[in-house]
Amino acid sequence: MSTELPVLTDKDFASDQDIRWCPGCGDYSILAQMKKVLASLGKSQEETVFISGIGCSSRFPYYMNTYGMHSIHGRAPAFATGLKSTRPELDIWVITGDGDALSIGGNHFMHMIRRNVDLNVILFNNSIYGLTKGQYSPTSKIGTVTKSTPIGSIDQPINPISLALAAEATFVARSVDTNIKHLRAMMQRASEHRGTSFLEVYQNCNVFNDGIWDYAKSKATKDDSTVELEHNKPLIFSGGDKGIRLNGFTPEVVDLTTGKVAQDDLLFHDESADSSQLAFLLSRMRHPEFPEPIGVFRAVQRPTYDSMINKQVADTKAKVGEGELERLFAGGDTWTVE
Amino acid sequence: MSSSTVFPPTSKPSESVSGVTVRLCGDSGDGMQLLGTQLTNTSALSGNDVATFPDFPAEIRAPRGTRAGVSGFQVQFSAEEIFTPGDGVDALICMNPAALITNLADLKKTGILIVNSDGFEAKDLKLAKLDANPLTDGMLENYRTIEVPMTSMTRKAVEPTGLSVKFADRCKNFFAMGLVFWLYGRDVEPTLRFIENKFAKKPDVAEANRLALKAGWNYGETTEHFASTYSVPAAELVPGTYRNVMGNQALAWGLIAAAKLSDKELFLGSYPITPASDILHELSKHKNFGVRTFQAEDEIAAVCSAVGAAFGGNMAITTSSGPGIALKGEGIGLGLILELPFIVIDVQRGGPSTGLPTKTEQSDLLMVMHGRNGESPLPVIAAQSPGDCFDTAIEAWRIATKYMTPVIILSDGYIANGAEPWRVPEVSSLEKIEVKHPIASTDPDEPFLPYSRNENLARPWAIPGTPGLMHRVGGLEKQDGTGDVSYDEDNHQYMVDTRAKKVEMVAESIGPVEVFGKSKGTLVLSWGGTYGSCRTAVKESIDDGLDVGHVHLRWINPFPKNLESVMRSYDRVLIPELNTGQLQLLIKSKYLTDAIGFNKVKGKPFKVSELVAEIKRVAG
Repeated sequence: MSTELPVLTDKDFASDQDIRWCPGCGDYSILAQMKKVLASLGKSQEETVFISGIGCSSRFPYYMNTYGMHSIHGRAPAFATGLKSTRPELDIWVITGDGDALSIGGNHFMHMIRRNVDLNVILFNNSIYGLTKGQYSPTSKIGTVTKSTPIGSIDQPINPISLALAAEATFVARSVDTNIKHLRAMMQRASEHRGTSFLEVYQNCNVFNDGIWDYAKSKATKDDSTVELEHNKPLIFSGGDKGIRLNGFTPEVVDLTTGKVAQDDLLFHDESADSSQLAFLLSRMRHPEFPEPIGVFRAVQRPTYDSMINKQVADTKAKVGEGELERLFAGGDTWTVE
Repeated sequence: MSSSTVFPPTSKPSESVSGVTVRLCGDSGDGMQLLGTQLTNTSALSGNDVATFPDFPAEIRAPRGTRAGVSGFQVQFSAEEIFTPGDGVDALICMNPAALITNLADLKKTGILIVNSDGFEAKDLKLAKLDANPLTDGMLENYRTIEVPMTSMTRKAVEPTGLSVKFADRCKNFFAMGLVFWLYGRDVEPTLRFIENKFAKKPDVAEANRLALKAGWNYGETTEHFASTYSVPAAELVPGTYRNVMGNQALAWGLIAAAKLSDKELFLGSYPITPASDILHELSKHKNFGVRTFQAEDEIAAVCSAVGAAFGGNMAITTSSGPGIALKGEGIGLGLILELPFIVIDVQRGGPSTGLPTKTEQSDLLMVMHGRNGESPLPVIAAQSPGDCFDTAIEAWRIATKYMTPVIILSDGYIANGAEPWRVPEVSSLEKIEVKHPIASTDPDEPFLPYSRNENLARPWAIPGTPGLMHRVGGLEKQDGTGDVSYDEDNHQYMVDTRAKKVEMVAESIGPVEVFGKSKGTLVLSWGGTYGSCRTAVKESIDDGLDVGHVHLRWINPFPKNLESVMRSYDRVLIPELNTGQLQLLIKSKYLTDAIGFNKVKGKPFKVSELVAEIKRVAG
């Protein structure tokens, strides 16, 4: 009998549950890539935990043969912080959506990121509340007509990438549900990054908000509407015909076919820049004025909350010795009654 | 130089009394809490039984000299076993007119009033909104008033240190301390040690405080205001080693002990809130016990982080007061349906809404019983005194792990900040708490059932990292056994009934109620921080010849098994509560009895006298 650990395949990561997402939902693709990525990274089922909030996205843990918690709306980051702080060796994924993370969960989202808890967050952005049958969400464009906004939504949407960067995120990335190779690559990058790894995925809800990301997905338009970020490489898209150049603080699209602009004039991506300015600038590039960046916006290192909370415990134990109840009770003034 | 040379025992006659209630009050910046704590500690160390009642204003710094800024500390120290900080005050020390006017009514007619006469200038009177000076207008003519120029005497006393007037005035409370300690024959050693430790890095300040303390002492000995002193002999307490504890501190220590006894490390998810913050502060000091304290971004993150830690196999706790518990409802509910062990602590305060943060009340009982959506029963235990908080914490964790359920601990502001002597337990005598985590079965065909149950209806605590036991849990209703999401009607009925039955079965693991006093006549049934007042009132009533018994509940859900039969052996049941009748509602509806409520919602504990009057009234 082999003494080697069994090599797991994506099938080993599938639970026995019937998947309840609507046929055609973008979530199927994300699930499939996740199983492949975990298998390819050699992750173990027992050391992996998926924690979700509430929403279609949040049904995800039930379909993974790992440990999982389907918690309460918006609060997965808090459960995850408690778990990771006390079990830092576990591999934790927070699965959330635009409503779960940015509406009710906005507060916890921000704090998890600023604390840099070492876990991975995937935000399934379909710009709608699918589970509750179609209300607008914090990422819905102004004027979105839904059951709760019959004559159009009126609030300014928030940009998850910009928000994550403002919350001091050490890893921020974006991918697209059907761009499976890219999505797998981003999941892997997220997994490898130590600290809170935030990955926004453009996910299509074919029942309640179909087609909003078509520009980024369809063969005809995606090359012209997205730009793949690569560290230390210039921003070039549209099959090499166009590039992005900085004009002061503003990006501008330039035609590379005329020969008037050299590659060296273009904006070069630097995912490990100390300051998040560049990443933030890139996050402001939105369709249709700009191609939307996909890939890793930022990847920097700083200490994680879980490592520091555990270090304080270890350092204190080293300094004053393991705690003893007798010493605790006897510290301070005592007296004896005979 | 020994303290008895610097602070010689009095040469004046000393009268032995069985107990004294002292109240110290002044402006928030006058150091009354420090003075009160020193008096308490030194009295406890000399063997008196003590009970305290600090009374803080809600604001951090109300304007100086105003009535809103008055901070008080009351302590009773006694040669007998006592349960309350005293109804009436024997000695009232007031540093300014605002303190005087807000506290005078509680001074016994036979009591002593000591005022800082230097603090009664025109501007002080104006700040206290007084038109006339109480020292001269006759208000105090029926009281034995001693005017002491504390401010000027302190300034003179600390001159040798060269401290500025501003810093010299801060030593006033040590002058007052010297005087009070002299008057009651208190030992100054502990205070001298305290001064040396606290001001180790500021020898000038330490010396100034020592000089002020000595000046106050000498003032008593030298002036003719005081012809004699009082002494309070040591009380006959159960033999053992004692120390002073405050409720929140005892809770923290009990939790640390519970973690040790169950071989677990402790995780606290909490958010600062009066009067519970000190639990967070105390636990954060003990990282060497493996305690991880997480100051969450809000109350909800606090409880959720605790549930997350519980899922991972830690001993998890969340602490708060009324407003925070209200926010935690959904998170606690998730813990309930996940059937994970963790502890929720509500240190109650005046409500509703923001209410009275620094005042005591016991009005969250129905909230912790019912304040979650759906059928959501949880075990509830209430601490009865500062020292009892220690045992309550351990008991709560024992039940939480045995039955795989969140447990709610109720405390209140009075217990949390109150102090009493606590007999230090023999650590080896504390009973271990057995906790087991399953490992995968060796039979590969045997599926793991995360919601299978043992004889206590508890499910297995299978934690992430354990090979072969992977499972997913969540807030949706689940199939018994498999834990799969289930909307089946019969399953839901079964799960609701089973969760309820599990909480009822906790009654098998808790002790019976104990009756104090008579076994017939009137039963006083109380819970929480009213223990002291109720016990004292029942004692006095019995001494006055009445048939009165006292049952003080700690477990409120479930009730102890013998509660009903005990209640039925009395003619009537009186339930005094610092709310409008919450335990009363539970008792009446469960046992269909006609329990009488005695209710007060004034942000203050019960006075023994008002309870005795009510007992007499209902006893007929």
